[in-house]
Amino acid sequence: MTTVPSKLYADDVSLLMVLIDTNPFFWSTVKNTFTFSNFLSHVLPFLNSILLLNQLNQVVVIATGYNSCDYIYDSSLAAPNQRAESLLGKLEEFVTRDEELSQQNSIEGVWSSLLSGSLSMALCYIQKVFRSGPLHPQPRILCLHGSPDGPGQYVAIMNSIFSAQRSTVPIDSCVIGSQHSAFLQQASYITGGVYLKPQQLEGLFQYLSTVFAADLHCRSFLQLPKPVGVDFRASCFCHKNTIDMGYICSVCLSIFCKHHKKCSTCGSVFGQAQTNVASASDRKRKTTET
Amino acid sequence: MNNFEHREINNGEGKRYTREEEIEEDEEDEDEGNGRGLDAWERAYADERSWESLQEDESGLLRPIDNKTLYHAQYRRRLRSLSSTARAARIQKGLIRYLYVVIDLSRAAGEMDFRPSRMVVVAKQVEAFIREFFDQNPLSQIGLVTIKDGVAQCLTDLGGSPESHIKALMGKLECSGDSSIQNALDLVHDYLNQIPSYGHREVLILYSALSTCDPGDIMETIQKCKRSKVRCSVIGLSAELYICKHLCQETGGSYSVALDEPHLKELVLEHAPPPPAIAEFAIANLIKMGFPQRAAEGVISICSCHKEAKVGGGYTCPRCKARVCELPTECRICGLTLVSSPHLARSYHHLFPITPFDDVSHSRLSNSRQKRPITCFGCQLSLLNQVNMPSPCVVCPKCKQYFCLDCDIYIHESLHNCPGCDSFRQSMSSSRTEE
Repeated sequence: MTTVPSKLYADDVSLLMVLIDTNPFFWSTVKNTFTFSNFLSHVLPFLNSILLLNQLNQVVVIATGYNSCDYIYDSSLAAPNQRAESLLGKLEEFVTRDEELSQQNSIEGVWSSLLSGSLSMALCYIQKVFRSGPLHPQPRILCLHGSPDGPGQYVAIMNSIFSAQRSTVPIDSCVIGSQHSAFLQQASYITGGVYLKPQQLEGLFQYLSTVFAADLHCRSFLQLPKPVGVDFRASCFCHKNTIDMGYICSVCLSIFCKHHKKCSTCGSVFGQAQTNVASASDRKRKTTET
Repeated sequence: MNNFEHREINNGEGKRYTREEEIEEDEEDEDEGNGRGLDAWERAYADERSWESLQEDESGLLRPIDNKTLYHAQYRRRLRSLSSTARAARIQKGLIRYLYVVIDLSRAAGEMDFRPSRMVVVAKQVEAFIREFFDQNPLSQIGLVTIKDGVAQCLTDLGGSPESHIKALMGKLECSGDSSIQNALDLVHDYLNQIPSYGHREVLILYSALSTCDPGDIMETIQKCKRSKVRCSVIGLSAELYICKHLCQETGGSYSVALDEPHLKELVLEHAPPPPAIAEFAIANLIKMGFPQRAAEGVISICSCHKEAKVGGGYTCPRCKARVCELPTECRICGLTLVSSPHLARSYHHLFPITPFDDVSHSRLSNSRQKRPITCFGCQLSLLNQVNMPSPCVVCPKCKQYFCLDCDIYIHESLHNCPGCDSFRQSMSSSRTEE
């Protein structure tokens, strides 16, 4: 990192970790009006404007692919006059590598991106910035995501969210797909970030620059979009379905969508068929106490 | 909290000592009235031990000790012992815990071998413990009991709100009289008998006194606790007591005696992660629960718990669509237990622990230097030091990615995900199914 006089590091210096969804399955489904290159032509000026807003701002871009994730741009390493070139070069390399990996194994089920991997990488990077000393830019994560949630990543994504919450790193999400993302809704809600699903993708740059460009200090003065409700449903461990009512193992808190005889996670055998016993004793307790 | 500790250690001894000094200053204000202890200038030498943070290098120059690698080695030893016990006990953990924390506020708690006094130190550690406990055991409950004048008193009932416990405790810090383990156990036993069968009953006693003054036969009480499967653990502040050891042995708890304040903190926080479930202690059960959705901000509706019209916030019961204000709770209309899924997910890293990373040995480094990556997979930190020699690093046994030592600690202590395994589809699917 460049050495700068300490007084320049005010609370409005940002480190923006941008996670870009490069899932080819997602980009092949979006309408012709908004292609991946269109998307990049909105994102690149946004990244440039972040870097111009404050000379100390830093931008790191991580590509979230179908088979892998990787860093594709770091403004503290790249030459300032070749931003777009170095980013696009790395991105192209990444996309071809990702494609090679997908030829090796067949595609099954939902085609979700590896959001948990890129989130974990971003958090590791942020920890490095925290370690660099008492003066560091304020980090935040921006997910530009379109692919549907992969229920198999539920535990990993939740772990990342709690770790981000503990180190007070907000996760902002901008959903460019047609569906709301329950994972990102929870991520933004828990970490105090902004969740936005733009109505018109043609104006993506405008959404990005008005909502996500302001640093954390300025945010408290802005009227940012309010969440339209958060989907707190969980996905069950047995079929990876998203459910709003289910059974919880009392030993390990695993979630199941229907009644089982034995917990597949911790191996405990369940006694009574229903919870009536438990809730009955619960109620008894309340009456005896009052 | 992890993160804070972590940074502190990386900044080296110097910083840590300045922090201790601040604490010292705080204490000074409190015990000024007692006219006790060393003078400030003496204390600077006695407590800071600044010479210990220096070592001589081969050319005879003084250099600060590189405690980062030392710390890392220590951390790895702890991780290895933890993972081996976890392996032995499978992944059955008692995640729904009902814990009473018993605090001894007898005359002995006023002793000043811990500064400013034992009870202040204990209260501080209990506060930290309560916060950590609810972070790690989302559906569990804590109650506080104090022993004073030979009588046990219930300070707070079992509950899930950390703030109310801490407030109650801080308001009641006075000590007097004798201490009685039997009275405390009898009281706690009566309360714990009423909890649902799937819950784990636990008592954690923070004991300052060197004796117990009981009205009856304490052995009977211990047997009674054993019969009702209450797991009793004791942390002593003075010296080992036979009766405490006996109590812990009989009921399956752990007994330890704190040497000093950091050790006490360590011992108390050891009780925060869920203990391995002992099959007969609680009956496993499936509990039906609902995961309500949070309504949009600005929607007006009448909540079922306060029977008032409220704007925004609030959750909708998935079974009867009633509105509740807070989670976790039980639906007032249909009786369904309502939790938010993030609440449960907080404890999942106990179920799916990530494997400890392997040290990269020096011989392997020199053999395979050409194909070894030069940056840490997690944070892109260069894995070469100033003279372009490989610095110590670790490798994930599953995805074969290299990580720096700082990332290793962060990944295992806070993140609980391996970035390498999670960012390759094949390795991810295999690692999660194995578990």
